[in-house]
Amino acid sequence: MPKLSVWFVRSALVHLMVGFTIGALVLVQKGTGKLPWSWALLGWHVDTLLVGWMTQLAMGIAYWILPRFGTRRGKVGFALAAWVAVNAGVLGSGVVLLAQAPTSWLALTRGSEGLGVVLFALHAWPRVKPAMTAEERTSSS
Amino acid sequence: MPRVTRWLVRSSLVYLVLALLAWWALAAQRAGWLPATVAAWAPAYLHLFVVGWLTQLIFGVAHWMLPMYSKTQPRGREERLWAAWAALNLGLILRVATEPLAARAPGSVWGVLLVLSAVLQWAAALLFVINTWPRVRPRRS
Repeated sequence: MPKLSVWFVRSALVHLMVGFTIGALVLVQKGTGKLPWSWALLGWHVDTLLVGWMTQLAMGIAYWILPRFGTRRGKVGFALAAWVAVNAGVLGSGVVLLAQAPTSWLALTRGSEGLGVVLFALHAWPRVKPAMTAEERTSSS
Repeated sequence: MPRVTRWLVRSSLVYLVLALLAWWALAAQRAGWLPATVAAWAPAYLHLFVVGWLTQLIFGVAHWMLPMYSKTQPRGREERLWAAWAALNLGLILRVATEPLAARAPGSVWGVLLVLSAVLQWAAALLFVINTWPRVRPRRS
């Protein structure tokens, strides 16, 4: 597994734990009524599980297993930038929601999540191709 | 495909069917074909889909496909995944059964069972992460 996939997948595992922890706190509130502050974390629960966990895990595995160009994985910089943008976006959304900052801040952090997805799509697009051509095989050997 | 993966994937398929049935039931309730009490299951429906189907499918496939841990324990300690399967499914079933009842009477026995469902689902994620983390690593040179 390439190093960047390790970063994507391990970050996804961290987001899984953060998201499930928040979800558990909200369920405790529903069951007991003793953690009313947990409702403020509900938006982050969605960001961290849908984008930080599921989307990021898919990105990490795709970066690892999509067809390559010989030994290269294409525009690695785009994938690296996607990792930064997605994680900054999800963490930023958490801070904004916790601090109850103006909604324009949430638009920025969610924009960062969206930018990360676009950057990853730009990286992955040319790798979604048939098996290596004879020419590519020759050039890579 | 390891045995625990087959259980995780087949269980996830059951939840996919249940989630789509619940989705239909919510639409039928809005159409007036089913009683209003059905609407109380709306949050549970979402989690049948996202936890029961998507997350459980990911757990199963990741356990199968991620790099091997060692020659003697290729997929880490498989009993952790069995425990995660049991905790996730028990937790989710408890949630679906108790959430609408706990909403009417927080702090009742239904509320306590809802807290137990939160702990079980959180423990399932933790067990998966503990077993998976060391398998997410760069290729050995």
